[in-house]
Amino acid sequence: MTAVEVLFSLLSAMAIGSALLVALSSDLVHCALWLVVTLGSLAGLYLLLAAEFVAWVQVLIYVGAVVVLLLFALMLTRAPIGALSGLDNSTRGLAAVVAVATAAVLVTTFASGFRDARLEIRARDVGSAGTLGATLFTSWALPFEILSLLLLAALVGAIVLSRHQEPD
Amino acid sequence: MPVLFPLVTSSLLFAIGVYVVLARRHAILVLMGVELMLNAINLNLVAFDALWHDALDAGQSLSLFVIAIAAAEIGLGLAIVLLVFRTHRHINVDELRELADRDDTLASAADGAATS
Repeated sequence: MTAVEVLFSLLSAMAIGSALLVALSSDLVHCALWLVVTLGSLAGLYLLLAAEFVAWVQVLIYVGAVVVLLLFALMLTRAPIGALSGLDNSTRGLAAVVAVATAAVLVTTFASGFRDARLEIRARDVGSAGTLGATLFTSWALPFEILSLLLLAALVGAIVLSRHQEPD
Repeated sequence: MPVLFPLVTSSLLFAIGVYVVLARRHAILVLMGVELMLNAINLNLVAFDALWHDALDAGQSLSLFVIAIAAAEIGLGLAIVLLVFRTHRHINVDELRELADRDDTLASAADGAATS
């Protein structure tokens, strides 16, 4: 194994382990904090796959914004701090079966399709801010603009939903 | 590096996300499960971008789009969760059954609550 493979395996194990803790922990705040570890190690995986700009966007938006938003929502809904019982519903066994089946299908599909494929990352694959920005504003300009409309709509929708309405 | 490394990682993350969405009762935990699934997909997109040396950087651009859509989704989702908390005083997704087809006892109980 090369150094990159060792590093990738370690970061993968970290991501999967902390995702498992998100799935199994009985403390809501701990779940949100383990999610930070998952998302952060995913940013490391993006860096190893030469997606430099995506990695920093991941750190900024997911670790910086989304998890803070989740923690805010936990506090606004008065989530108790400490271990809770009854966070899982009664069909969690069935859910585990479905999840294992999903993993089995995906892993066998990928293993049969890409068993021998190897990643060889070249210098021009590196998605730095410059190259990715140039691509986004030339080839992907229309989806980018539509996405800005979608974000605006989501912003307005969130404001409308969370405005305090007087009961009639 | 074999391309199976990132693909297997993303498969397992996606499966964990499926489990969180299906097994958890707390609405914010369900949203965390959705985030896990979206991140698994992003890892796949970035891995295939690196595998096929795409000239348009399609994988990385699409993963940026997915991140933006996920941000919009989490904003709206949390607004809905806060609204549900304000009206129901809980965000337990198992007990939010207003949209379900009700039996008679539940319907009459709801009518009584509405008229009182």
